[in-house]
Amino acid sequence: MQNEFNFVNRNMFDLDDYSADEILHILESTKAMKEINSRSYKKIPTLRGKTVCTLFFENSTRTLMSFELAAHRLSADVVSFSANTSSLNKGESLQDTVLTLNAMGIDAYIIRHSYPGSPQMVHKYTNKPVLNSGDGRHAHPTQALLDIYSIWEKRGSLDGLKITIVGDIANSRVVRSNLIGMKKLGADVTICAPRTLMPSKMEEIYGCKVEYDLQRALTGADAVMGLRMQLERQRDGLFPSLEEYTNYYSLSKKTLKWAKPDALIMHPGPMNRGIEILPEIADSKHSVILDQVANGVAVRMALLFLILGGQS
Amino acid sequence: MRILITNGKAFINNELVQKDILIEDKKIVKIADVIEESADTVIDAEGKVVLPGFVDLHAHLRDPGQNHKEDIVTGTAAAAKGGFTTICAMPNTFPIVDSIATVEYIQRKAADLGKCKVKVIGAMTKGSQGIEISEYATMKEGGIVAVSDDGGCVQNAKIAQNCMKYAYNFGLPVIIHAEDYNLAGTGLVNAGRISSQLGLGGIPGLAEEIIISRDIMLAEDIGVRLHIAHISTAKGIELVRNAKAQGVAITTEVTPHHITMNEDAVYGFDTNTKVKPPLRHEKDRLACIAGLKDGTIDYIATDHAPHSDYEKEKEYDIAPFGINGFETAFASINTFLIKPGVIDLAIIVNAMSDKPAQFLGLNCGKLKEGYLADLNIIDLEGVIEINSETMLSKSINTPYINKSLTGKVEYTICEGRITWQAEQLAISN
Repeated sequence: MQNEFNFVNRNMFDLDDYSADEILHILESTKAMKEINSRSYKKIPTLRGKTVCTLFFENSTRTLMSFELAAHRLSADVVSFSANTSSLNKGESLQDTVLTLNAMGIDAYIIRHSYPGSPQMVHKYTNKPVLNSGDGRHAHPTQALLDIYSIWEKRGSLDGLKITIVGDIANSRVVRSNLIGMKKLGADVTICAPRTLMPSKMEEIYGCKVEYDLQRALTGADAVMGLRMQLERQRDGLFPSLEEYTNYYSLSKKTLKWAKPDALIMHPGPMNRGIEILPEIADSKHSVILDQVANGVAVRMALLFLILGGQS
Repeated sequence: MRILITNGKAFINNELVQKDILIEDKKIVKIADVIEESADTVIDAEGKVVLPGFVDLHAHLRDPGQNHKEDIVTGTAAAAKGGFTTICAMPNTFPIVDSIATVEYIQRKAADLGKCKVKVIGAMTKGSQGIEISEYATMKEGGIVAVSDDGGCVQNAKIAQNCMKYAYNFGLPVIIHAEDYNLAGTGLVNAGRISSQLGLGGIPGLAEEIIISRDIMLAEDIGVRLHIAHISTAKGIELVRNAKAQGVAITTEVTPHHITMNEDAVYGFDTNTKVKPPLRHEKDRLACIAGLKDGTIDYIATDHAPHSDYEKEKEYDIAPFGINGFETAFASINTFLIKPGVIDLAIIVNAMSDKPAQFLGLNCGKLKEGYLADLNIIDLEGVIEINSETMLSKSINTPYINKSLTGKVEYTICEGRITWQAEQLAISN
């Protein structure tokens, strides 16, 4: 694999720092990694001797496992630091945590934090690359890359595709990173939520379409992504009941009729079956939800390989 | 003690004119084209401007209770360095300034150790809890000049109404930090583009405007003197403009940061940009400048809000709100607004001296014979470096940290005493 782009030692705070060509290169690299993952012996020695640190200040099972697996398959060592944000507030600051870990000789940081901008903050205290694995409602670029890859591998390109994302847009870091990446690759992205869960000025910021009506949002879609709807938003007074939400905004056989017949069904997980997505859709033949999970490992392998300067 | 300032361009009647100024004891005794009298100190202000000392209606000195951020000694020294001769201390200290004892503590310490005059603003409600009226009459006897729950805002309209009635009763202005807590929620930055894009909680302009509307209506009914602190939105300014046209006794102020920066400064998550009200949209910044020009906005006030570096060196969500303001106030405005020709020096100087002096009823704010010798001498082309070495404040939480600004205060003189002199860091008394 030729590395004609310079990814070495770069941070990934979000996708806006990466050009369309660079994103496509990551997708091509991901394809090669998928091949490795399909072998019976799923491991290559390319990052042997490198140490990756996962800094998780927020609970996450799947993303953490996905990153750990990715690092292990490239033969990197992985150390994990996890703490919940509240205990961090009382004790050691993020600054001191990073300075301490840095002194131990870490080669790359993967951070998950409930506060936006935390990866940028980690970067202030280290010259090693920092990969954002989700910072509050701000960004989750590796999730966006795996979502984009999952469409790209099925359709060959995102150019001109209509992609609709439905759900709790206001609280979604996934949607923000996807908007950046998908728009860069030429997709026509529509986001849909009740207005109480829709941030302002999204059209102006991202050049996407905003719809409050599910039928208008889904009509003609090539790919449809549901986002997790949390009950706590009801307690925040943002919607009246899960029942009403499900009746008006869930992805079901009935509502997917508005999309193209072969529209890809996606969800970043974890799913609330029966709320934002019905099992009849989640498990349907056009669902790529489990492909997304598999692709997540490959995308993260590709990124670690490129950023840590792995040799093939 | 006589000080003679020669060859400077003095700000008199809204113009810069070549005048010599003679100070004797606490007062300006003579202003003339040429003064050839002897003096203990002669300052050659060739190439510099001589302005009335700045008066700041809004500052946080953190003393008592948070002396790791600032105290009266460092705060007033930083103020003097910024050209200020009078500053008003907001009551959100620990304890809150809701009793005469705390008022007297601040005044005594400032008088003994301060580098400028400190006027105290008392809490509008006890503990600034927004529930019970504090002792306005007693605190006024102790010297308070106004009441405010700044940093917070009385949410209950009935309580706000009673505070205004009681303030009217004792002839005190009320200063409002306009913020509806429910609309502001846990917001951190301006609601809109920046909050949507960065995923940071948004504080909508409405949170400010709804309280401004409410308090204009309450104050109009009562007749109390109303002052809106740190106004930041186009709509809020429009509300004040309309109220003034209706004859409501209302004034407002804007901070240097709200006229020199907009919400774009938040990109990059520099916690030094985290402030209440938040840095707003460019249209709001332009409305603030227009408000200063047409007189809707009466004053420039720093809202000097020091926080120590380790407090600001945190994730954006948990860093405290506030910008350190004394030492960059005039220089930032000079750099970004006066020098590029966006606004006239005269409007800025009046909003920083004469007008706030009148609010406080002080015999200063003008270069005039018989007035207190509160003034500063500024090199409008002089470059200053803003960094931890140069700053006199205990804290360095300014978005202008490690940058240079133009507009160097060479001297500050407060009641005939040199309180700041650029060429030496420590002033010997």
